[in-house]
Formats: sequence, C-alpha cells, structure tokens
Amino acid sequence: MPHGGGTKPSLAVVDGAEVLDLSALTGITEYLPSEYTVTALAGTRLADVASRLAAEGQYLPFDPLLVDAGSTVGGTVAAGANGPGRLRYGGLRDFLLAVTFVDGRGEIVRGGAKVVKNAAGFDLPKLMVGSLGRLGILTECTFKVFPHPESCATVRVAGMAFDEALEAAGRVGSGAVELECLDLMYGLAGWDLEIRIGGRSFALDARLKRAADLLDMDVTTLSSDADANHWRTRREFGWASPDASVLKLPLTPATAGTLEQVLADLAASQVARVYSAGVQQAFVAWPGARVADLPSLDRALAQSKLTALMLRAPTAAPNQPILGYRTGGELLRRVEQALDPAGRFGRL
Amino acid sequence: MTTTDAADFLDALTRRLGPDRVLTGAAPMAAYESDALTAFRARPRAVVLVDSAEEVVDVVRLCAAAEVPFLARGSGTSLSGGSLPVHDGVVIAMNRLNRILEVDPVRRTAVVEPGVVNLAVSDAAEAYGLYYSPDPSSQSVCTIGGNLAFNSGGAHCLKYGMTSNHVLGLEVVLPDGEVIELGGDSLEGVGPDLVGLFVGSEGLFGIATKITLRLLPKPETYFTLLAAYDSLAAAGEAVAAVVASGLLPGAMEIMDNLAIEAAEAAVGAGYPLDAEGLLIVELEGEKQQVAAESELLLEVVRKSNPYLEHIASDPDDRMRIWKGRKSAFSAVGRLSPDYIVQDGVVPRSRLGEALTKIQHLGEEHGIRVANVFHAGDGNLHPLILFDGRVEGELERAEELAGEILRLCIDLGGSITGEHGVGMEKRQYLGEMFDEADLDAMRRIRMAIDPGELANRGKMFPDAEAPALLSHGPHPLEAAGVISRE
Repeated sequence: MPHGGGTKPSLAVVDGAEVLDLSALTGITEYLPSEYTVTALAGTRLADVASRLAAEGQYLPFDPLLVDAGSTVGGTVAAGANGPGRLRYGGLRDFLLAVTFVDGRGEIVRGGAKVVKNAAGFDLPKLMVGSLGRLGILTECTFKVFPHPESCATVRVAGMAFDEALEAAGRVGSGAVELECLDLMYGLAGWDLEIRIGGRSFALDARLKRAADLLDMDVTTLSSDADANHWRTRREFGWASPDASVLKLPLTPATAGTLEQVLADLAASQVARVYSAGVQQAFVAWPGARVADLPSLDRALAQSKLTALMLRAPTAAPNQPILGYRTGGELLRRVEQALDPAGRFGRL
Repeated sequence: MTTTDAADFLDALTRRLGPDRVLTGAAPMAAYESDALTAFRARPRAVVLVDSAEEVVDVVRLCAAAEVPFLARGSGTSLSGGSLPVHDGVVIAMNRLNRILEVDPVRRTAVVEPGVVNLAVSDAAEAYGLYYSPDPSSQSVCTIGGNLAFNSGGAHCLKYGMTSNHVLGLEVVLPDGEVIELGGDSLEGVGPDLVGLFVGSEGLFGIATKITLRLLPKPETYFTLLAAYDSLAAAGEAVAAVVASGLLPGAMEIMDNLAIEAAEAAVGAGYPLDAEGLLIVELEGEKQQVAAESELLLEVVRKSNPYLEHIASDPDDRMRIWKGRKSAFSAVGRLSPDYIVQDGVVPRSRLGEALTKIQHLGEEHGIRVANVFHAGDGNLHPLILFDGRVEGELERAEELAGEILRLCIDLGGSITGEHGVGMEKRQYLGEMFDEADLDAMRRIRMAIDPGELANRGKMFPDAEAPALLSHGPHPLEAAGVISRE
C-alpha cells in the first residue's frame, strides 16, 4: 500500500499490507507554463506544486484538499479528492492528463499524454482517479493547469433554512454570473450560502453586485486575505472536529435532500457538514463519539443510493474506505484482474 | 462456424428482431460497409437495426454465444475507421435509439440514448439556457454513442474538455451481454473513474445504451475576433501571446491559406483570401467579464501585428465565421479528389515548428497539405490532398500522413487528439506507447472481452494484421476481405 503525506490514512489501510513510503519520490519534473501542463513525481507535496504554479500566475483548478496538511500528488489523485473550487472548471478527472504507475505485476505502465488533448489508447489516467491505490502505485502525474483569476471575493448570506438555501443556490448557480465556488455550510444559525467570484479585478465589484442582486438578501463580503483564508479553512477541513470522520459524498441539488433525510433518520441532523461545489459533493464530519454508528450510516446510504468516501477517519472506525451504494462492480473486478491478478493491492 | 451454425445464428437474430430489421446481402448492407475513412470497406455478416436497449443486450448475447464479433454504429462519421465493420461480424445500427429521455435543468444533465445526434442535445437543452459543450465539426450528424466511444473533441477542448469530461453516468452492455451501471448524475464520484475508462475505449468494452451528459449554462455573450496575418508563424505567435497574457479563450483556431481559400469558396465566410494565417479567438461568458477580457485580448492581438482584424458584429456574423471554420474539411475536399485528415497533437509552443516541418514534408513528397487546427490545444488537422486515380499518390499521401504522426510523437505529443486510433492509426499506437503500456491495455481488454468480440481488430497494433498505411495492397485487401473505393 503506497503512503505519501499521510493526510488520509483511512484510505491507505489494507490488512497485512506492507507500507511503501513514497514521501521521498518528490520533484516537479517538468513545468511548461505556456503549455498549461505540470508534471510531478507522486510524493511531491501539492503545496510545493501550488507555490511553483502561483509564481507563474497559474493554479490547479480542481482545488486539491488538505494542501497545507501535506497531501501529495499521488495521494490526491488516488483519493479523487477535489475542493470547492472544482465548480468552475472541473475536478481531477478533467485535469489529469498523464500518469505513470506500477501495476500489481510490478510493471511500469504509462497512460495518457503530456498534452492538453489526447484520445490515443485507453484513458488510464481517468482510471487512476479515485483508485485508492488498489489498481497501481502512482509514480508520476501530469496535470493541466490554468491561469489563476486576477482576484477573488466571496459573498455570504447567513442563517437560512435548508430548502431556502438550496433554492437560493439554484438561482444564483444558474444565473449568468460564473462562480468559482458555491457552498452551503451548516452552522449554528442555520445554513450559510457562500459564493466565490473570481476574474479580472476591475470587473469584480460589478459582478459581486450582480450576484448579490440575484440573491436579493443581506450579504456580507469577504475580500483578499479574508476570502483566501475562508476557503483555505474549507479545504483543510478546519471546520470539522479533529476526532470526526470526514466523508465525501457525490450528489446533486436534487439528491441533497436525500442525504439530509438519511442524517435526520440517524439523529445526526446536527453534524457539521457542507454541500460544496454547486451541491455536487457533500463533506460530512461524522462525530468521533458515534464511530459505532458508521455501519448504520453505510446501510442507510446504500438504501438511498448514496455513496461516501471515508476521507479521514479515527483509528476506531471500521476499515472500509467506501460506504453506501456502489456501481460498476463487474467492470471493476475485471480491471482489477487485469492490473493486479494476484490481488496484491487489496480489492475495493 | 459451420454453415449450419451460421444459418442458425441469422435465424436467431431474425426471430428476435423480425426479418425487416436484419439486413444481409450486398445491396442492403452497402451503406454500412464503410465510414468517413472512405479508403476502406469491409462486408459484415449482417446489419441489425435495433429499437431498444433490450434488443442491444439480446443481440450482444447472441453474438457472444455464437462467438461472432460485433460493433455498434451511429452515423458512420468516424475519421479513423472506428466504425468500419468487422469482416463477417454484426453491425448493430444504433440510429433508432435516438430518444432524449430527460433534460433536468436543476441537475444540469441530459439522459440520452446513444443514437441521439450531438447537436440535438443542445437543441433540447436550449429552452433551459443550457447546452452540450463538445462540438465536433460533424455535430449535425454524428451521434453521442460514437462521440463517447472515440472521446470526440471539437474547438472548445482547452477550456471545457473533451467528450469524457461531459459524461457522468452510463448504462453499458459488456461484450458478454452483462448489463452494468457506471457513474451517476453527479460531477463527483467515489472509487476508480470507470466512466472515464469506458469513454474513448473505441467500442472495445461493449456498448453504452443510456448516457447521462453534463450540460453547461449557455454563455451570456461572446466576443469573436478574426485576425489575418501574412505568415502562419505570426498567427501561431499570437496564440502564444494570448496564452501568456493569462486569458483563457473558449476557442483559438488557425487556418492556412489553402484552407481559407477552400472555406471561402464553399460558404463565403468573409475570410481575407490573401491571408497566410487566419486566427479565430473567441471569449465567452458573462458580460462584464468578457468586456474586461476583450480589451486585454485586443491589446495582445494588436501587438502581434495582424494586417487585418474583424470583431464579429452580431450573432449572425459570429455564426458565419464559425461556419467557414467548420466547413473547412469538406471544403478542402472540393480542391482535391481525395484527402486524408490527421489529428495529431503537439505541445502548443511547438506548433510553429510542426507546421514548418509539415510544409517541408509536403514539398518533399510533392503533395499539397492544407492546415486547419485547434491552436488552443495544439491539435493539428493537416489535410493531405491527393488523387487516388494517379498511380502511387495514395501511397505517397499515406507515407506523408505517417511521417506527420511520427513528428507529433517526436515533439512530445499524441497521434490523435479527437478522432481516435480506430483502424487507421493502429500501427502508430505502438510508437507512442511502450510495450508494457500496450500490454496493460491489452490485459484490460482481454479481462473485459476475452473473445475479442467487441470491435475486434481496432486500436491495437497487431502483428497478425499489418498496417493499413503500408505500401501496396493491405493483406486483408489482397485476400479480398476489405477493399478500397
């Protein structure tokens, strides 16, 4: 089982597996700002990649999580973990161009190409997104990168009821204003709607006003450092208690209510959670004191056709990276058989 | 398969679909023997016209039981020979599976059957202010199923990605007839991205019967700029300057003089006929942002010294500019009895170098090459013009096409940006990837389809069936299995 920055240990536990420490496999091997591509070895910390890109005014638009905490290139791809900023241009699957990995037979395999468009051969880079180290050990990844917006700011409406917040999110999300982030955060006073806008500086105020007009509610605005810090806290899970399990759940504005119902049924309506990236994913902080109820959550999610990835978990949690509903099992079994016939990486 | 078995197989197909929807014999099947890679034809055993996903499943199961190869076909617009029939196999014609099952403005998704035409998705989404982004030049006829199998692109891939970036969920018939669900309707997923693996697998993993597509909000406004240059290199430098400025245009396209001339003759797009390089740059998005970006774009482009610039004045003017670009392939076709189009990719900063080398290669071979390309993502489209009736010209054109693909590999790019490998570029896949890479892909194929029934003979370089683009008649051609028009 490969091990990078150790920021998501619950995804890297396989009974009886040897740990392969990749933390020394570091370095940006190629960065061509004019090509919008960057290539780095799997153990490279994303913080290092991000600062190198920032020096050229570029960034990773999938908005990786736990960057300050030390997550690495390989671990992020294997977890398939995108942040709130994936709303604007897409997630890892949209920005991973090429991979090199070692398969279960010890063969070095390359897939994709280090150019922004390519349709040659099977799309192995996409297969590696979310593969949790079970199909191969990533050694190098090439990403597409984009120019960073000149400046960003956030408007926030606080303390709404869930349905009201969801409706407002739909209204502003389908309006003409292009958003970097659109999150619904559960707080003490109810639901906060947070909208981040980025782009050319001198058009920013007019666009913020336009978004606020669409909401037609009292808004507060976060700019410069306050804006950056706000979203950094979101990405670093600073809003979740350190002993909580953090789960990621793919969903849509139409199924967010289903998750709310699942949580209510389990008497968990008070847990910290956020519907992120235009309500395309939820992050739920399952309380450390309720670790024993995770199997019930697993069953309830499966019944509701919802899936969760255990991004972070206390050691007491069951060793199960994916909870709830699953698709594609038969295809996955065949792919596992092809890339790891002896099952050395453990099966998903 | 014995004659009796073959007859039993056809009987079984006919019992399931009725005699009217099982085509056999030369005349009824003629239209299905070739696709947009017109140099080759192959005769299938039968063509079946399916009406439902259940029929696709049953046909695949009958094929699996009888070990008969099969492939799905939409409108047959593949430029790489991807929908060329497998000799003696079954062609499953998907065109009747053309229902748009749902457009959901809240989820911003469309659920469609594979035979739906690309442009029909945007048409159906328009009422909600949404559209489907991938826009291959053939979008008025090509189907979503084919787009999915070959991971089709278009002019807007740098910013918005290819087909795979817009497919969220699938219902799939595996080559043994097992039906599975992949992905869902969220932009996010958990576990390995199997939808991503399936898209672009060139029909080798089976057939998608239901597809959930992601829709995007229609941009509020466009800013479309046409700039004419007295050299192709100058147009290429302008693209580099736009990229360096931090702008992210939705599309950047370049056409050379031959392509301009052809497009102008075909549709009268208002292109300047004396330009050596014509650049189309388009910004799109919300008004305030586009207004701010367009000032910067004009400043950057003017520094690149175009001798003429034109800003699209209204939506009609914009459509005219794009019509010229999208008709360029067929227009260039009018200049020459035959042509081959390649779609290799090079790193954007090496576009100038690639174009100069392509020009030299063309001169060396005594063959004219027109260039139309997606400059924003380095995706070339050299159109190699030849006359198949002149002895040796096809071979020279194919040789040139091969050298261009090798050039793309040497410059660190790819042999195909959006057309796929198909039949046409099989031998070059092994030059782009190492043996271990191909072996991993082969193992995945064999684990999913051990009988190699789904679109047999495509994508993988195969020592048993030498390359299509080699000198002289193809061995399959010599054996009478396939033939050229």
